[in-house]
Amino acid sequence: MELNSKIPAGPLSEKWTKYKTEQKLVNPANKRKLDIIVIGTGLAGASAAASFGEMGFNVKAFCIQDSPRRAHSIAAQGGINAAKNYPNDGDSVQRLFNDTIKGGDYRAREANVYRLAEVSNSIIDQCVAQGVPFARDYSGLLANRSFGGAQVSRTFYAKGQTGQQLLLGAYGALSKEVEKGTVKMYARREMLDVVVVDGRARGVIVRNLVTGELERYAAHAVVIASGGYGRVFFLSTNAMSSNGSAIWQCYKKGACMANPCFTQIHPTCIPIHGDYQSKLTLMSESLRNDGRIWVPEDAEKARLLREGKIKATDIPEEERDYYLERRYPSFGNLVPRDVASRAAKERCDAGYGVNNTGRAVYLDFKEAIQRLGRQAVEEKYGNLFEMYERIVDENPYVTPMMIYPAVHYTMGGLWVDYELQTTVKGLFAAGEANFSDHGANRLGASALMQGLSDGYFVLPYTMQNYLADQINVPHISTDLKEFDEAENAVRQKITKILSINGDTTVDMIHRRLGHIMWEKIGMSRTEQSLKEAIEEIKALRAEFWQRVKVPNVDGMNTELEKALRVADFLEMGELVARDALMRNESCGGHFRAEYQTPDGEAKRDDEHYAFVAAYEFQGVDNEPILHKEELKFENVELKQRNYK
Amino acid sequence: MNIKLKIWRQRNASSEGQFVEYQLNDVPAEASFLEMLDILNEQLVLKGEDPVTFDHDCREGICGACGLYINGHPHGRFRNTTTCQLHMRKFKDGDTITVEPWRSEAFPIIKDLMVDRTALDKIIQAGGYISVHTGGVPDANTIPVNKHDADLAMDAASCIGCGACVAACKNGSAMLFVGAKVSQFALLPQGQIESADRVQKMVARMDELGFGGCSNTYACQAECPKGISVTNIARMNRQFLAAKITEPL
Repeated sequence: MELNSKIPAGPLSEKWTKYKTEQKLVNPANKRKLDIIVIGTGLAGASAAASFGEMGFNVKAFCIQDSPRRAHSIAAQGGINAAKNYPNDGDSVQRLFNDTIKGGDYRAREANVYRLAEVSNSIIDQCVAQGVPFARDYSGLLANRSFGGAQVSRTFYAKGQTGQQLLLGAYGALSKEVEKGTVKMYARREMLDVVVVDGRARGVIVRNLVTGELERYAAHAVVIASGGYGRVFFLSTNAMSSNGSAIWQCYKKGACMANPCFTQIHPTCIPIHGDYQSKLTLMSESLRNDGRIWVPEDAEKARLLREGKIKATDIPEEERDYYLERRYPSFGNLVPRDVASRAAKERCDAGYGVNNTGRAVYLDFKEAIQRLGRQAVEEKYGNLFEMYERIVDENPYVTPMMIYPAVHYTMGGLWVDYELQTTVKGLFAAGEANFSDHGANRLGASALMQGLSDGYFVLPYTMQNYLADQINVPHISTDLKEFDEAENAVRQKITKILSINGDTTVDMIHRRLGHIMWEKIGMSRTEQSLKEAIEEIKALRAEFWQRVKVPNVDGMNTELEKALRVADFLEMGELVARDALMRNESCGGHFRAEYQTPDGEAKRDDEHYAFVAAYEFQGVDNEPILHKEELKFENVELKQRNYK
Repeated sequence: MNIKLKIWRQRNASSEGQFVEYQLNDVPAEASFLEMLDILNEQLVLKGEDPVTFDHDCREGICGACGLYINGHPHGRFRNTTTCQLHMRKFKDGDTITVEPWRSEAFPIIKDLMVDRTALDKIIQAGGYISVHTGGVPDANTIPVNKHDADLAMDAASCIGCGACVAACKNGSAMLFVGAKVSQFALLPQGQIESADRVQKMVARMDELGFGGCSNTYACQAECPKGISVTNIARMNRQFLAAKITEPL
């Protein structure tokens, strides 16, 4: 297999225009003859499905939830980036491109990132036209705020609910097409396999979660927009049904998985409080605009805080260590996520952590409340403060918040070329499900940008280019033997899981997998920890297939749903570890303790590792084949990221 | 803490349901209500019983998937709180907690505490959007929007579509849900073009789907986990009347 990224020739700023000028088109009459399947209805999936429908294709859209409006994009809080430069603070497409490439620690493709920056402005225009109620100032014009990894204010927001509002915009567009009949919506369906016929993706096998029946759907092309695989860590900020199974089935059918070890640990989440806990809650990065992060300067004071003998408010100003402002004076509390997360871990490992667990740092709004007044702080962050108080039972207007890093996003995903097509023809991946734009670390407010960019402004073009030579292919039949084979394989897997009838629940095994992932493949990784993790995951996988207990009931079976996902996570976790072990450098969210600068920063090795690692499946118990896509940087100079 | 649960169990839409009692001990006070149900389900699975089915997803109060009738209130008795944000510290040791699904003609039961809320999607499909296509729209700052109106639109747009308003209403009305969507667009200049059609189509669809009318008890507002105001219903009614007179469908 050879990786061909299909990046158009020519200067960076002209590549996308050149592509659009030269791509093939499908005329309106032919569009009606072509079917497209879209898996997932988050920002990427809903915007793609709606746009395809508007263009005249027949779309079948699938979501795991009871309604497309509940996809996990809805939980994104802080905002969406765009290079509008409305605040007149020096922003431009080129600068958004530079920041994203640098933020990703030079492990993303230049051409894709530039295109993302280029279409960012159209996204804001589109959303405003849809009636997305972005924050505005008193002039009636759009307001902006700043986010980590940038020195300009380019983030558009709708209170702390930006993801919700953008998703409802896309859901509206999708609903419009459902009403028109161009999109057929299938809710409460989970994709369990992709069907490949003569080397092209031609359909999917899904489980109807209500009836428990397996169903077949066929199309000329399939788009995977199923999100990330962060729940391989069990505890994460992802929703309970977020999973990696759709992309994993694609991987097993020949699509390469790229950079699986690039996982993002978000610095500002509510700390863990117990082992029954099912998920972690994010506190938006926007809080770092006004909140100041600190721990006590004196380890003894930290101990007293942990033991509950003193309170945070007992520590006087001069005894507080604002460690991000100290280490990174120019970016301060707004350093990128990976840097902020590691710095918190470093302080806690050194014995300065707070909370009864010692795994927390303070995020303090005292100074902001003094400067802006409580009302202004409430207006900006009110809903986040409320959310915090509900969970922790402490008032953050009075006592500083406690935060700790948690798994949040996966930069890795299905390998795609410039057209967002995987290594299987006709199989596309969009949004968090692909690997393409964020390199080794995603900047805040860039996930929403990428999801909508892929769905509204990239796939509608590249999909036409692919389908242009498919106009003579009649509707695909679901009676083909490839559909029989795929459905039988899924059925056998389900039968096997139901027949084990062991003595441990799916969650118990998932929790143990999460523990291995977090301790050995988490914020800091070593050769030894990774080798141990690979062996431990293999053993746990074997245990799953002997000991799991899933009730054998007809119809709705939520334990079976979880078991199918965890079975895949138990394979995926191993690939994450293998990739991390292969990459003998530190970059972005991938921190190998052996590779760091004297002052503890990530040390990249551009000479040997400036490539995308794409893995080709060779069987569950065999090592995958590693393919390398060299990353060529012609427009930015590779340097050590410096936020000091 | 130790609690007693009375949970509605129903095998599927066509079977008859009943309350089943469970004793649950050593529940951590920091656990969320849904985590408490996870603990119960883990015990049921290990005993070889079918766990309790309920909808849930983001578990941070924004996706709108979860929704349980807890001790006679949708999402429990606390204001502005979804079921997933309700914590066990709000209950007392020894409490008996009754858990039921949303009860409304428009939301048939799927299993146990899980209901089918497709009807809400169908109302949105009738016109709960601005019909722009992708691309070809003006620059985002071309039309300024008065901040006050933009803020009110945002408040209306915060609806998470959980259906608590319908479940709380003695008439099973979806007026708060529809009113919120109609208001969001009525308050923005971008929404004006289709406003007369939108309100009439959405209201007609709501009526077709078996939702009841509004008799102004304000139960919906009291139980809405996002604090959506009944002012939105008034705004919708005004829009509806005006549209019926000036631009009937």
